[in-house]
Amino acid sequence: MSDFTPVTSLIGGLFIGASAVWLLAALGRLAGISNMLHALLDRQRWAEGRQALWRPAFLLGLIGGTTAWFLWTGAPVTERPPLPPLWLVAGGLLVGYGTSMGNGCTSGHGVCGLGRRSLRSLVATLVFMTTGVLTVFVVRHVIGGAA
Amino acid sequence: MSATAPSPSTQGASPVLATVLAAVAGVLFGLGLAIAGMTDPAKVLAFLDVAGAWDPSLAFVMGGAVGVTLLGFPLVLRRSQPACARRFHLPTVTAIDRRLVLGSAVFGIGWGLTGYCPGPALATVLSANVEVLWFLPALLAGGLIERWVSRR
Repeated sequence: MSDFTPVTSLIGGLFIGASAVWLLAALGRLAGISNMLHALLDRQRWAEGRQALWRPAFLLGLIGGTTAWFLWTGAPVTERPPLPPLWLVAGGLLVGYGTSMGNGCTSGHGVCGLGRRSLRSLVATLVFMTTGVLTVFVVRHVIGGAA
Repeated sequence: MSATAPSPSTQGASPVLATVLAAVAGVLFGLGLAIAGMTDPAKVLAFLDVAGAWDPSLAFVMGGAVGVTLLGFPLVLRRSQPACARRFHLPTVTAIDRRLVLGSAVFGIGWGLTGYCPGPALATVLSANVEVLWFLPALLAGGLIERWVSRR
């Protein structure tokens, strides 16, 4: 079961928005996490030299912020039983393939793209929200599967 | 961006400072995800499960985040350049094409299967979350495969 947490979710959202505004103000970059992750394995993106270091720096900071929170609170990340490895690999492949092809995820298209009033990002966000909802519907209510 | 500037400013071009500022942004993002509860894939799936015990929390996360970017981005972009870089790096593509729609659709399916989008999956990699040890390498591989396919 998942409790509705409007206040902490709103506060967390404000942090995420502040992070995106900070990154744009300081470095002129958008906080799109799938793009940063894919860039790690893309030789062309490392051609920027030392300037390319902002991506791993952001990603390490991201891990640090979340890790510090869970160390401090002592809470578990999740209480669900782990999904089967094959299921996770399949999901990871789809998320990686799709975000590379569509140039963004919940952060790049959702948080940043909508903030830029980008029609392209609005379309992307509506599409992945829709297929996400449909997938959960099929898994939980049609075939009654693992997730 | 600053076409009328007499000379390109080198102010704030220090790569060390830029890297530190990027890391600070990352920390804010990571704290935000955890505070919002979005690092729990079960909570994300509870948002996507509109026909089940629906948890609308994710809408509050997006609402808060987009509210800040909607207000903050225009203020930032009013300046001629960022504080610590020569120019703004913004996407120039505006096409709503097959790749955008198909890619986003495929991403949504993987998101719905697992409850992970890239941020939360990476963020919990050191927090005793065994699931992402399978999910993250597959995510990176999926990106490699897509770029290989699209280059052929």
